[in-house]
Amino acid sequence: MLIDWFTVAAQALNFLILVWLMKRFLYKPVLNAIDAREKRISTELANADAKKAEAQKEHDEFQQKNAEFDQQRADLMSKATGEAQAERQRLLDEARKAADTASSKRREALKAEEQNLHQAISRRTQQEVFAIARKALTDLATVSLEERLGEVFTRRLREMDGKPKAALGDALKTSSDPGVVRSTFDLPADQRAAIQNALNETFSAEVRVRFETAPDLIGGIELTANGQKVAWSIGDYLASMENDVGELLKPAMSQ
Amino acid sequence: MHISPDQTIFWQYGFFKLNATILFTWALMIVLAAGSRLVTRKLSTGLERSRWQNLLEILVTGIEKQIEEVGLSEPRKYIGFLGTLFVFVAAASVCTVIPGYDPPTASLSTTAALALSVFVAVPFFGIEEQGVLNYLKSYAAPTPMMLPFNIISELSRTLALAIRLFGNMMSGAMIVGILLTITPFIFPIVMTMLGQLTGMVQAYIFSILAAVYIAAATRVRKPKPQPMQGVSA
Repeated sequence: MLIDWFTVAAQALNFLILVWLMKRFLYKPVLNAIDAREKRISTELANADAKKAEAQKEHDEFQQKNAEFDQQRADLMSKATGEAQAERQRLLDEARKAADTASSKRREALKAEEQNLHQAISRRTQQEVFAIARKALTDLATVSLEERLGEVFTRRLREMDGKPKAALGDALKTSSDPGVVRSTFDLPADQRAAIQNALNETFSAEVRVRFETAPDLIGGIELTANGQKVAWSIGDYLASMENDVGELLKPAMSQ
Repeated sequence: MHISPDQTIFWQYGFFKLNATILFTWALMIVLAAGSRLVTRKLSTGLERSRWQNLLEILVTGIEKQIEEVGLSEPRKYIGFLGTLFVFVAAASVCTVIPGYDPPTASLSTTAALALSVFVAVPFFGIEEQGVLNYLKSYAAPTPMMLPFNIISELSRTLALAIRLFGNMMSGAMIVGILLTITPFIFPIVMTMLGQLTGMVQAYIFSILAAVYIAAATRVRKPKPQPMQGVSA
């Protein structure tokens, strides 16, 4: 007999015990360990994913901050560049202005100097010219010229009319002092008489005069009485001419 | 020359006896349980683990995967039964390299016990999964006319399981024994290697057939997945 029923029963029981033993010692612990490991791995993976996401987020954040920083830096840079350029332009303008002012001042100063020089030269020339003229005429003046001058003076006295004549006449008549006739040289008696005559005739009265010599007249005669004056002298001419020339030069120098 | 280790009896008291089959089975049980206990006593749940743990994990996950591929969607529920079938038959066959060892599976009593366990386990899991009535109805499917044939098939496949394993294991041991008398050198080694292979194949076949029977019993009445009407509607 190949089958022993007691053995069959015993083996079936043995098998059931083995099933329980295997379950208890092999399958359960091993499967639990695998489950635990898988769970752990998935947890770790999830953690890693979370960390990765966080890292990515931080990375993005930093990148954004970097970009912002770069932008700000570029802005500041461009602003600073612009300001520096504006400042440079302003300084340049100022310097140019200052240079312009200085150069125009210098030009004006030069011009003024030139004018002054010109003026000085003109004045000097004028003075020299008149000094020479005065010297020459002084040298030329003689008694005969004096006589001729006396004639001219008497003629002028006679030709006098209108307001100046009245004013002089009043002055001669009302004055307590006698009128003064000044000449470069001492007048001869006949000339003195001719002048006295002419005065008497012109003012129709006995005019009292005193004769004096005045070398600064250069050549000529003048009559002064109580502030009123009638004269004919080269000095007068030269003086009025000098005035005229001075007047003429003034506008030219002020330009 | 003995055919079955049942015939080697060490102790007997009436109906009770202690023969080589039971003794070697106990030995296997002790080795398997103690070995598992030794390895699983300090299991690592981290990435670092011992080689033995790796081996056991490969074994357990391999069995789990095989059960799932047969069609049992919850392999953990059946791994205790089906996995132990495989482990026991495989271990019994592997140990034939040990001199003086007789595989318990070379005894028809053992294979009959295993086949009977499957014979009981199939309706047990079937009823647990779909209830007594539904399970019993499956015998009358597709028509009540098939009832006797289904019952015959149930019995015959149990018998076939027992005989197949017994024949293969017994023949392996027998062939080696016979060949040793004819060509004592080298050839028995080759045949032993072949016997190892046969033993592993038989362990696989036995557990996979059991899994297929259980799968058939647990899902026979489950509604078929409806064709996608929503698409055409």
